[in-house]
Amino acid sequence: MSRVEWAYRGVVATVTTQPAQRRAPKTGRFNNSVVKKTVMAVSGIIMILYLLAHMVGNLHAFGGAEEFNGYSHWIRTIGEPAVPEQTLLWIIRLVLLASVIAHFWAAISLWRQARRARPVAYVTKKRVQQSFASRTVRWGGVILALFIIWHILDLTFGVVNPAGTGTTPYDRLVASFSNIPITLFYVASILILGWHLRHGIFAATQTLGQTNKKRERAVNGIAYGISGLITVGFLIVPLSIAFGLID
Amino acid sequence: MTSTETRTMSLTLNIWRQRDRTKKGKMVTYHVTDVSPDMSFLEMLDVLNEKLILSDDDPIAFDHDCREGICGSCGVMIDGIAHGPEQTAVCQLHMRSFKDGDVLDIEPWRSGGFPVVKDLAVDRSAFDRIISAAGFISAPTGTAPDAHATPVPKGDSDAAFDAATCIGCGACVAACPNGSAMLFTAAKVAHLGLMPQGQPERDTRVLKMVAQQDAEDFGGCSNIGECSAVCPKGISMETISRLNHDLLGALRAGAVPTS
Repeated sequence: MSRVEWAYRGVVATVTTQPAQRRAPKTGRFNNSVVKKTVMAVSGIIMILYLLAHMVGNLHAFGGAEEFNGYSHWIRTIGEPAVPEQTLLWIIRLVLLASVIAHFWAAISLWRQARRARPVAYVTKKRVQQSFASRTVRWGGVILALFIIWHILDLTFGVVNPAGTGTTPYDRLVASFSNIPITLFYVASILILGWHLRHGIFAATQTLGQTNKKRERAVNGIAYGISGLITVGFLIVPLSIAFGLID
Repeated sequence: MTSTETRTMSLTLNIWRQRDRTKKGKMVTYHVTDVSPDMSFLEMLDVLNEKLILSDDDPIAFDHDCREGICGSCGVMIDGIAHGPEQTAVCQLHMRSFKDGDVLDIEPWRSGGFPVVKDLAVDRSAFDRIISAAGFISAPTGTAPDAHATPVPKGDSDAAFDAATCIGCGACVAACPNGSAMLFTAAKVAHLGLMPQGQPERDTRVLKMVAQQDAEDFGGCSNIGECSAVCPKGISMETISRLNHDLLGALRAGAVPTS
């Protein structure tokens, strides 16, 4: 303990301070906040690559029921008979599951670190330059996780689908997006995904040490471009069904 | 000449009062009159303190030293913005940036890494510990080498100098929604890592300094950019990208994150 005294015109203010302790630095790769961010960036990039493939696959809906169901069947039979049925699909599913877990682990870990970093909140705090996308990225991620669970139960398993289980993928697709509340839920989720990716792509580039002042415009352009492409690509199928262009 | 010399302002200030780091603090309202628009923000606080002292009240503690914007001692949150509405240190902020009758909330930097010492003064020794973790080069002492003995590319020396302008005021931490000190750490890593003299310890430096910033209860960066927007020295976000690049390079090169 040390005592510091301020004196001014006979008024003395005494403050007792604890000597600041040198805290032991955290060792281990995964305690390092930059490593956590890297895990976030790499898992995010894997998921973006998957989203692009998924988006292109969805466009088969414009070819009609036979084409869409055929595509769905093809995914399950790639490599047959050299490898058992659904081999590639399960590899994709496991990689995605690992990415989702890694992405969440990094997010929760950084979120907790951020909470520890500001134990007393500001009475007044203003935003100077932060974007809507960067501010909503954490809660957006939570909403997207809930959306993905619902989405798998709806279109993959058919459990919560209006057409029910035991139907073809195309039946489930049309049944879901002929329903207005479900369509609105999808549209909202895709828009949240777009905002999530707009910040995520920029942040991943920054985290991997690839941004600088000269590239800033290009990186932001790419972030808007990819997130815009994914947003439009995913909205086009549900909206086409909702407006009767596909039935 | 304008008529600003005769025009004075009155302000209402809600200021965080906290006796010491163990006590709970609260906002207390003060009225200041006869504020000249040409005063600096700290001079305005001096005027308030003189009034408090004359009325046998406890003056408001705040850090300051050079009052020229180069020492990094001062810094408070003014109405939710670190160093107030201008991108400068609070000593270089003038009352002409405010209007007569303004109501301002004045708070200390809020960070787990910066415990409040008293009122608006916080303990920023965590920054010193980040630097002492590895923010140095090991150079033999002796006669200064010839200036042209080690050529440095102009671009590198400019970028290193931009990073080296960091005065360690802590506004980046205060402004960051994550309470991260990554802009500060990155500036210190970059200004040495860009120079030839900084190369031998470049890998271990970045790992040790980031490990120390994490240990000091600062948050992780999520690339929001509030830090750079309030930095009195305008240190850019690319500095953090450079730190990330160096850290990943160090891990790839097999350096181990230890102290």
